[in-house]
Amino acid sequence: MSTIWLQPKTLPEALAMLAADPALTPFAGGTDLYPAQAARFAWGEALPEAILDLGALPEFWGIAADATQWRIGAGATWAQLRDAALPAEFDVLRAASCQVGGAQIQNRGTIGGNLCNASPAADGVPPLLALDAAVELASLRGTRTLPLGKFLLGNRQTERAPDELLTAVLVPHRAGDLRSGFEKLGARHYLVISIVMVAAMVRMEAGRIAEAAIAVGACSAVAQRLPALEAALRGSRPGEVAVTPGQLDHLAPIDDARATGAYRREAALVLVRRLLARLALPEALVA
Amino acid sequence: MILTVNGADTRCDVAPGARLSAVLRDTLCLTGTKVGCDAGDCGACTVLLDGAQVCACLVPAAQAEGHAIRTVESLAADPLGAALQAAFLHHGAAQCGICTPGMLMAAMALLARDTTPSEAAARAAIGGVLCRCTGYTKIVDAIRDAHRFHNAPPSEEGGVGARLPRLDGVAKIAGLDRFGADEAPPGALWLRPVRSPHAHARFELGDTAALAARGIRLLTARDVPGANSFGIYPDIKDQPVFCDGYVRYRGDCIGALLGPRAAVEAVRFAELPIAWTPLPPVDMAAARLPGAPVLHLFRPDNVLSTGRLACARDAPEEAHVAEGLFETGFVEHAYIEPEAGHAERIGDTISVFACTQAPYMDREEVARVLGIAQDEVRIIPSACGGGFGGKLDVSIQPMIAVAAWITGKPVRAVWTRGESMASSTKRHPARIRARAACAADGRLVRFEFEGDFDTGAYASWGPTVAGRVPVHACGPYRVPHVSAVARAIYTTNPPSGAFRGFGVPQAAIAQEALYDALADRCGMDRLEFRALNALRAGDTTATGQTIAHSAGLPACLDALRPHWAALRAEAAAFNATPGPIRRGTGIACMWYGIGNTGMSNPSTMRITLAPDGTLTFFNGAVDIGQGSTTVLTQIAAEALGLPPAAFTLVLGDTTLTADAGKTSASRQTFVSGRAAQDAAIALRAAILRLTNAGEGARLSLEDGVLRIDGAPVPIPETLEGVGRFDPPTVPLDAEGQGIPYATYGFAAQIASLDVDTQLGTVTLRRIVAAHDVGRAVNPTLVEGQIHGGIAQGIGLALMEEYLPGRTENLHDYLIPTAGDVPPIDIILIEEPEPLGPFGAKGIGEPALVPTAPAILSAIHDATGARLHRVPALPHRVLEAMR
Repeated sequence: MSTIWLQPKTLPEALAMLAADPALTPFAGGTDLYPAQAARFAWGEALPEAILDLGALPEFWGIAADATQWRIGAGATWAQLRDAALPAEFDVLRAASCQVGGAQIQNRGTIGGNLCNASPAADGVPPLLALDAAVELASLRGTRTLPLGKFLLGNRQTERAPDELLTAVLVPHRAGDLRSGFEKLGARHYLVISIVMVAAMVRMEAGRIAEAAIAVGACSAVAQRLPALEAALRGSRPGEVAVTPGQLDHLAPIDDARATGAYRREAALVLVRRLLARLALPEALVA
Repeated sequence: MILTVNGADTRCDVAPGARLSAVLRDTLCLTGTKVGCDAGDCGACTVLLDGAQVCACLVPAAQAEGHAIRTVESLAADPLGAALQAAFLHHGAAQCGICTPGMLMAAMALLARDTTPSEAAARAAIGGVLCRCTGYTKIVDAIRDAHRFHNAPPSEEGGVGARLPRLDGVAKIAGLDRFGADEAPPGALWLRPVRSPHAHARFELGDTAALAARGIRLLTARDVPGANSFGIYPDIKDQPVFCDGYVRYRGDCIGALLGPRAAVEAVRFAELPIAWTPLPPVDMAAARLPGAPVLHLFRPDNVLSTGRLACARDAPEEAHVAEGLFETGFVEHAYIEPEAGHAERIGDTISVFACTQAPYMDREEVARVLGIAQDEVRIIPSACGGGFGGKLDVSIQPMIAVAAWITGKPVRAVWTRGESMASSTKRHPARIRARAACAADGRLVRFEFEGDFDTGAYASWGPTVAGRVPVHACGPYRVPHVSAVARAIYTTNPPSGAFRGFGVPQAAIAQEALYDALADRCGMDRLEFRALNALRAGDTTATGQTIAHSAGLPACLDALRPHWAALRAEAAAFNATPGPIRRGTGIACMWYGIGNTGMSNPSTMRITLAPDGTLTFFNGAVDIGQGSTTVLTQIAAEALGLPPAAFTLVLGDTTLTADAGKTSASRQTFVSGRAAQDAAIALRAAILRLTNAGEGARLSLEDGVLRIDGAPVPIPETLEGVGRFDPPTVPLDAEGQGIPYATYGFAAQIASLDVDTQLGTVTLRRIVAAHDVGRAVNPTLVEGQIHGGIAQGIGLALMEEYLPGRTENLHDYLIPTAGDVPPIDIILIEEPEPLGPFGAKGIGEPALVPTAPAILSAIHDATGARLHRVPALPHRVLEAMR
């Protein structure tokens, strides 16, 4: 068990603690940190010495909209994202939230923790990439905002400086006929780490795709958008533009215990096609 | 800090980052909340936090403060909670009981907002709680049915054939059953093993003075007072308690830290004075090469054991041949209770409380490593949170016994999930080449089988697998020519041991695949091909044994035939419309010899009636969740003529009960059941002699008064009935000829499923299982075994593969969740076995064996692709289709 456990009551207090000791490990819902500790403990490896418990920060919680964007507190749990009254473009995030772990993980795991943990298979990343989300990072030095794609650098690597905390996820407002969805592929029903996942958001206008945002997870160190496909879809009617393997060329899936890289590439293509077909159906509006 | 637990505020002096699960168990002594993984993977520690289900292992005490915490201990006082508990008891939703508190709490979160949930809602609610015993079916039934159990929990009664709720069930649903980690003597020292991170290495230990200064002792090979070795076979004690300079697998134990818990847990293994010299790992292929490292000196070729069978009888002419190579991987038992227990030295005796399937074998092992007599060792089995063969070997017992013996202080140990998975035995990976041939009319002619089984670093039950596989290799069919060889090969992998089926599930995958192929080649229906060749009463098996009775495979297939036709028709109709989803129907059969292979495996049961009217059943069979405590009492009750409720139970303590043998080989109902029946018959005879009453006399026992045909009868002295049964067998000779088992279980299962031909994913739709159990002593418990066996078969077929160093947790190693087990229809066939109690035989292992082959058969039916390697992960299914 960690020897130092700090429990700031406000964000400024938390940032001061972190500035004083940037080696502190930020802790929100514990759904990544405790399992990592269990694995290390079993083999007698060192555990994080000092924890910054963000559980009591009022600034971390809540989902709200202002004039330009949605602000999702970093401490929002999967259950809150699942149950919140959010517009249709958030269906993609809602669907992902329903499929993370089981109910226990959904009740505890936070979106901020999911992003900071930066697993290649993080379920929150593809939906937020598809929503053009940004993250808000705070430190005593000030607050900055980064597009999510710039925040995530690699497997377990982010732009977060040691003295910074991820405080919120920002999603721009959208209007129009918005449809979004999520496809997760795993080897069992609940409690499963994704082999491949696909998130997509499309805006329809007069029967044509005015805008498409598609992201694929667990097929590269960081989930990737599919810009070539998105460009090809723009202005097309649903089904008119074929999804081709070339549009997924920049993915770099690996072989691991769950699947081969070649399989992941192929499955991602299938899932992208299916998800786009599903979003083109009128009933997708009702989901 | 102040925690609000079950409505009461409690001051706790705990670290803010302490896991809530540990605070509840260790500080507040609320041990109903179980710990299975400390990683949020198993859900055993599920509690409610402000009404929402959470894994207590992932909640720091600091974040629990100020919130309402609810545990299983609160349920009985809540009408909804009590109704749910009653429903669990009635439906047989608890088997071993280790997941039960977590299941109950997860269900409570649902029932609080919907008292009559849909099946989908019930499954989703428990989706985060793993159960390895039940296959979830009865849990879902209980949750949906809980609303019927308000106020009046129906009380069932009855002997053989009755759906009696399990007699040890009340403690399990209350969270009061005592598992290995649930208790320890005051002042117990904490023992923590130190394990090899290398698969194969030499090591030297340096000076441990620095540890001593922190109050910690490092126990090593030199500290073992008796023999530093253990093992299942009396002549193959090849596994050290603590390795002496050489390790043979990742997880091998080189020593153990002993001291106050906090000090021991603070030790980082990197600070220990261990100098490692890694050696190249040795797999099955490398182990058999000339010049391969010799892993054990007494087996210079690294072949631990070889089993053979050869028979040749008159046969029709061969017309069709099928052959193939089939591979399976390591499968982890994944019982939700990691190994745990405590030991205490009392004078010159030692007492060990631990989870086990084999207390009498544990007694031998502990006596041996301490160098003392067996009667100086007392083994008290804890409630066993799942075993499936994995708790037949000793785990913590020798090392905590050594520690307690040499220090004179009580010692406890609780293994982490990672340690449990790295160190415990596994199902043997198999590499099987097989060839089968039949005549033009479909009659089987020949079956040839050669299987190499990776037995890992130590023998464990490897010889049992090598011995059992050849007998079962050709399946439950009439095959005139059989030649089968099974080898158990030493490697530097985890020790493979006993796992529900002892190699037979692996062999069945090969055998059933080839019979599917032969059926196709003959143009025969796959069920009818099996029906044509099925063993029947009066047939002689490949070992030369004539099965006189209770060979119910034809009856199983008859019962399945309408389901087969309906599911096949449904699939054909579905597949008539093109699309990426293809529907398939598969079938597989199995047989399974009950009890040890050609070896004595007796059981002794004792029942007494004291002058004060106390009727005591001394039952040494360990109930690991399968239900032997209930089933054996039902048998004894039926034979004695008194209700099960009349018995006081004394269970599985080596000083109080007689040796019932181990809980393995599906033997307790058959072997100990027959012993219980005989004990009851003997006691009944002694009772009837009191008044020279006739055989049919009616007994009653109420308020300590014995009545025979209604008339009170004083009991002059304690009356006793003892029953001993050892199934009659004849050891196998060099050609595998003999009578390996006194009786066999038979079964056939159908799997209906959909394959996504673009993704390779498999969605199970239905399993129909027909099992000849001789007699269903308790149909609810029999169904529970079948559900659970099928769930494990689903895991073997579709998702489970243990990779040392890579899947040492329950999120990388996948076992089926509540969403992975489809509806299961069970058909019980009762062809009585005359040797068994009231005709009964075993069901534990038979339940699992046919499931994986039936699923693979259905995948083939759907896609034309035959999987030659399990698990059939999506990428493998897609590869096989190309």
